[in-house]
Amino acid sequence: MLDIKKIRSEFPALHQMVHDSPLVYFDNGATTQKPDVVIERVQHYYENENSNIHRGVHYLSQEATSRHEEARVIIQKFINAADSKEIIFTKGTTESINLVASSFSKKFISEGDEIIVTEMEHHANIVPWQQVCEEKGAHLKVVAVLEDGSLDMESYKMLLSDRTKIIAVTHISNVTGVINPIKEIIELAHGQNIPVLIDGAQGVSHTKVDVQELDCDFYVFSGHKLFAPMGIGVLYGKESWLEKLPPYQTGGEMIKNVSFERTTFNELPFKFEAGTPNVGGALGLAAAIEYITAIGIEDIEAHEKELLDYGTQQLSKIENLRIIGTSDNKASVISFIFEDIHHYDAGTILDQLGIAVRTGNHCAQPLMKRFGLSGTIRAAFAFYNTKEEIDKLVSSINRVRKMFI
Amino acid sequence: MSIESSAAEIVEEFEMFDTWLDKYNYIIELGQELEGLDSQFKEQKYLISGCQSQVWLTAEFNDGKVYFKADSDAIITKGIVYLLIRVLSGNTPTAIVDYDLSFLEKIGLKEHLSPTRSNGLNSMIKQIKLYALVYQTKEKQR
Ligand SMILES: Cc1ncc(COP(=O)(O)O)c(C=O)c1O
Repeated sequence: MLDIKKIRSEFPALHQMVHDSPLVYFDNGATTQKPDVVIERVQHYYENENSNIHRGVHYLSQEATSRHEEARVIIQKFINAADSKEIIFTKGTTESINLVASSFSKKFISEGDEIIVTEMEHHANIVPWQQVCEEKGAHLKVVAVLEDGSLDMESYKMLLSDRTKIIAVTHISNVTGVINPIKEIIELAHGQNIPVLIDGAQGVSHTKVDVQELDCDFYVFSGHKLFAPMGIGVLYGKESWLEKLPPYQTGGEMIKNVSFERTTFNELPFKFEAGTPNVGGALGLAAAIEYITAIGIEDIEAHEKELLDYGTQQLSKIENLRIIGTSDNKASVISFIFEDIHHYDAGTILDQLGIAVRTGNHCAQPLMKRFGLSGTIRAAFAFYNTKEEIDKLVSSINRVRKMFI
Repeated sequence: MSIESSAAEIVEEFEMFDTWLDKYNYIIELGQELEGLDSQFKEQKYLISGCQSQVWLTAEFNDGKVYFKADSDAIITKGIVYLLIRVLSGNTPTAIVDYDLSFLEKIGLKEHLSPTRSNGLNSMIKQIKLYALVYQTKEKQR
């Protein structure tokens, strides 16, 4: 059992009035709030440890370097990677996917090859692959989504072919909260020696991730959706793959020797970390991970499941409200529409009532098209949310309905 | 009625409301009053991009004046469009191009709409002014 009261007191941004109502923050799919320990860690870094890493012999530089590398180990343990050099720091999910798409395609994609994505992907896991396909004359193949929001595994099996070079699929849909059977997806791909990238942007904050158990080749996520600062993210890659991929960006930090005749690249993980990294962000991310690990991912999952079940039950009672994504394997995300009120109208009034939900297409236009929608309203619950807040959402929705109907 | 006086009229109407919900209730009411467009005009050609909801806008030039008609799939957007049309429609291209739309700030609409929403508002205003500008140029050429 989580001590929600205590937990909430550790997130300063949760305690504010919005348009004269206490904030109810349900936009956790877009970004999560930050606990004191994360804010303080970043502040402590800039107050006491700030200096450029891997460069100086002086005290501060060595301290900052050590903290940065310790953060890498904390992340490695968190997702159970085999080695800390398999953890590459990036700006976030988007950059991690672009890195893999770009470096992988330089070496492994040629004309006529195929890349598989799914209909439920965030634009960040579609567009980089689409660009690669355009450049290389390869083809993007799309796994269909079923009516309940889950993946059509038959469609996936049909698409796997000897031309498939890589598969990129989301762990959890940012629109519906549907959890994909990634272990099975990976197993099927590996049966044909095809590597798999998992977009874990929504995965890591809701469920335990063990990259060795999953056996995924790449797993990517953003710190800011995991209670850490914006501008820091992770690319996990199996060492064997990262060794084979050429660098993404070039410059300082990622080199071993530079002369005008020839440059040799640094070892993993530095080969993929050109330029001065976001040290403060990395320390903030490590602090966030330590914080949620101390609370316990299993307890977090259990509380979120309760919120999901309660929210689903309460929202289902509302007239003309339809939940998009009814599969029973879901994380604590509920997307819904009204048959008779536009999502923009509802979102505008909910905002007036202090409820932060996301409205629109959620950077997943293909999935919207699949469901014939222009957008949805999304309530994404984090472990600091409560049933009382869900009650407030429900009563606010009832007020909205009175205004429009 | 001139642009200035219809704008002043709207500002006065909004002064009657104390709370934001009342203001929105009024905008919703106005949205329901907006005449709207026939379905043949609800196509890509008339669609304004940059809005979270879809907005279609048409313009007609008659006797030296520009007449706008618009529609949206969201009621609040319709209400906002209604206000813009009420102030600007039926005026000369020059008057439309020159008007600064300060009435939106006076009723608190501009500051109150979040950035993405006011992008939508800005796109609507831009498109209205663009139509006026085109007619203004055409008139000068005659
Ligand atoms: C599933 C998914 N993938 C990718 C992203 C992009 O993440 P970021 O903007 O942090 O790079 C998001 C963020 O909304 C997401 O939900």
